[in-house]
Amino acid sequence: MNLRSPLARVRGLGSAKEGVTHWWAQRMTAVALVPLVIWFVASVCAMAGADYVTVRAWIATPLVSILLILLTVAVFHHAQLGLQVVLEDYVHTEWRKIVAIGLVKFAAIALSVAVIFSIVKIALGA
Amino acid sequence: MASHNRPLSPHLQVYKPQLTSVLSILHRATGIALAVGTLLLVWWLVAAATGEAAFADVQAVIGSWIGRLLLLGWSFALFYHLCNGIRHLFWDAGKGFEIEQAYMSGRIVVGAAVVLTIAAWVWGYASMGGM
Repeated sequence: MNLRSPLARVRGLGSAKEGVTHWWAQRMTAVALVPLVIWFVASVCAMAGADYVTVRAWIATPLVSILLILLTVAVFHHAQLGLQVVLEDYVHTEWRKIVAIGLVKFAAIALSVAVIFSIVKIALGA
Repeated sequence: MASHNRPLSPHLQVYKPQLTSVLSILHRATGIALAVGTLLLVWWLVAAATGEAAFADVQAVIGSWIGRLLLLGWSFALFYHLCNGIRHLFWDAGKGFEIEQAYMSGRIVVGAAVVLTIAAWVWGYASMGGM
């Protein structure tokens, strides 16, 4: 049985007007993060106690730079999607909720840009 | 006029904690902890790009006992969220919804997270050549 009105069925996007976009992005970033996180943790374990020069040489390796940037994008996208749901669940004052979600999204963008810039800077030998 | 005497659904604390509900809450809690933990990752990489002194500061904080304690907590949170996230992906695919399966996968996830955390720290200390 389908309880949705014909119009709702045609539009198919629900009250947030975005359909399953958020849910799907959360799953896709999760799938991407499985190998990326395993690779990163293994690398950090193998490098524990490494000095400045060794760490920078590792980051500057092309494959490592690329994987680190992919990890950064996936991590911050996944994290802000998750935190958004947490805030939607627990913050019940509309303006507070909007401000909090906005801050989380701005922070995710700012932090990922800072990390990506740092990786590129090291990779280009600056 | 809003009524203040509406019937309320039973509140969370009247329920006996179950493995399934506790693990569900833990998934969200570890997710929040990991989001905060990204700040350390940001600091580490930005410091590596900034210079030797900045990098030494991060290493000193990570190497301190409180730094290691935080890292231990984050590493468990990461492995738990990773393993339980894979459990969630199976549910998304429509698999493992039977009660016994949900309990079994829950126990496997907790066991795997503990084992992976210990393995990662043993590996890390081995790379450093001991304590």
